[in-house]
Amino acid sequence: MLQIPCPWCGPRDELEFRCGGQSHIIRPGPPEAIDDVTWGKYLSEKINPRGEHLERWQHNAGCRRWFNVARDTATHRIRVTYHMVEAAPAILPGGVAP
Amino acid sequence: MRYSAWNVFKEGLRGQRGWKPAWRSPNPQSSYDAIVIGGGGHGLATAYYLAKSFGITRVAVLEKSWIGGGNSGRNTTAIRSNYYYRASARMYEHSLKLYEGLSKELNYNVMFSQRGMISLAHSIHDLELVNRQMNAMRLNGVDAETLSTAEIGRRVPILDISPDARFPVLGGLIQKRAGTARHDAVVWGYARAADALGVDIIQNCEVTGFQRSPDGAVTGVETSRGPIGSRKIGVAVAGHSSRLAEMAGFRLPITSYALQAFVSEPLKPVLDTVVLSPATGVYMSQSDKGGLVIGGGLDLYPSYAQRGNMPVMLNVLGAVAAQYPSLGRVRLLRHWAGVVDVVPDSSPIIGASPVPGLFLDCGWGTGGFKAIPVGGTMLAHQLATLTPHPLAEPFSLDRFTTGALIDEAAGSGIAH
Repeated sequence: MLQIPCPWCGPRDELEFRCGGQSHIIRPGPPEAIDDVTWGKYLSEKINPRGEHLERWQHNAGCRRWFNVARDTATHRIRVTYHMVEAAPAILPGGVAP
Repeated sequence: MRYSAWNVFKEGLRGQRGWKPAWRSPNPQSSYDAIVIGGGGHGLATAYYLAKSFGITRVAVLEKSWIGGGNSGRNTTAIRSNYYYRASARMYEHSLKLYEGLSKELNYNVMFSQRGMISLAHSIHDLELVNRQMNAMRLNGVDAETLSTAEIGRRVPILDISPDARFPVLGGLIQKRAGTARHDAVVWGYARAADALGVDIIQNCEVTGFQRSPDGAVTGVETSRGPIGSRKIGVAVAGHSSRLAEMAGFRLPITSYALQAFVSEPLKPVLDTVVLSPATGVYMSQSDKGGLVIGGGLDLYPSYAQRGNMPVMLNVLGAVAAQYPSLGRVRLLRHWAGVVDVVPDSSPIIGASPVPGLFLDCGWGTGGFKAIPVGGTMLAHQLATLTPHPLAEPFSLDRFTTGALIDEAAGSGIAH
């Protein structure tokens, strides 16, 4: 069982959360200037690293708010959680920056 | 007849000291006509069909640990072709047909047992979907029949079909030609057959990078056992596809998740088919050793850890206890997880990658075992001819640009 520190509610069991996948994805634009390849990559490609991953989680059985988590996908260790509006922290070696 | 009854008897008397290794352990040569990365079922099948169907025998299979130690050794061995769309149905049906002849083809008993697979319907809406699925399957030339509650009760006596059950059973869909096979035997059968045709199976050889020519094409791989050259490289590494793509400088529409499975202590025969409950995502069969083989949903966050967490375990085993009350006190023998490569449309990615000379067989997600023969057939065709196999054409990587997705979220059987 993961224990995830929600920035608003404090540490809670993973049961209360839902993972929303890779964070810090920037929508390309303006739409009329975007070709199909760029758009397809934006919609589907994932960095999917083995190592530290910056991802979005929602505390859906709690405050229902979204936040960011820096978590290692090999060990599941959570290094830090931070608000959606905060800049991405520097990634640990082995991870892949967004 | 290496494994005849007489040889088994003779070796029993001689302390099992006379058996020979079933395949060689060669050192890597400096170059090959083709390299397959990943010594699981898909990689070994690819090497086998390269040698068998195309006569390309200067082939190396590079495996970072031991063959069949990844998802080929971590699945729940179900084989079926009950998919919805024509492109998927004909591909998985081709795989099922290859499985039907595989023991003879490889001269190795893969213990393919066509015990049927039943998908349950727990509501009126599920029943409508069952009928829609049956019609789709029949139109695609795949066998499918619907079952009534009473028929399911006769076929699966341990299932709670009472009207007040937590998950009432209103009916179901059966594919009678579906079944299970011995996963290790599939790996070892392909390995032995490929080795006999001259393929080098190189274990404990991890790929750490790609060699590239000035125009970007691959010319070989860097490995933990030194560089190995080849202008044709196939990647069949399931949940680790994104890592190899990263080494080659591109990204894939893949997220890696841990998928758990469980096996119980051995029981007397209680279940002679495979049963899937879409409502709980839990499916179960009984192995020939008597263990109940149980699978469920994904741990829904990206993971490369070959282990799962408690919440999914509780969901899966709680559903088993609710649907099969007599199993409530059965103990588990083992539990594990494999790293699966899930794609947004739950369909595989077969064929060319953005890097010339590098070809993909990935994205099988939670359903790669059933596709081992067809995955090998398609990647071998691609490597040998440099054109996609006809079955693989709809499953190219560029469907994420064109938008021609093949959404088998329901056919995959597990919520992604």
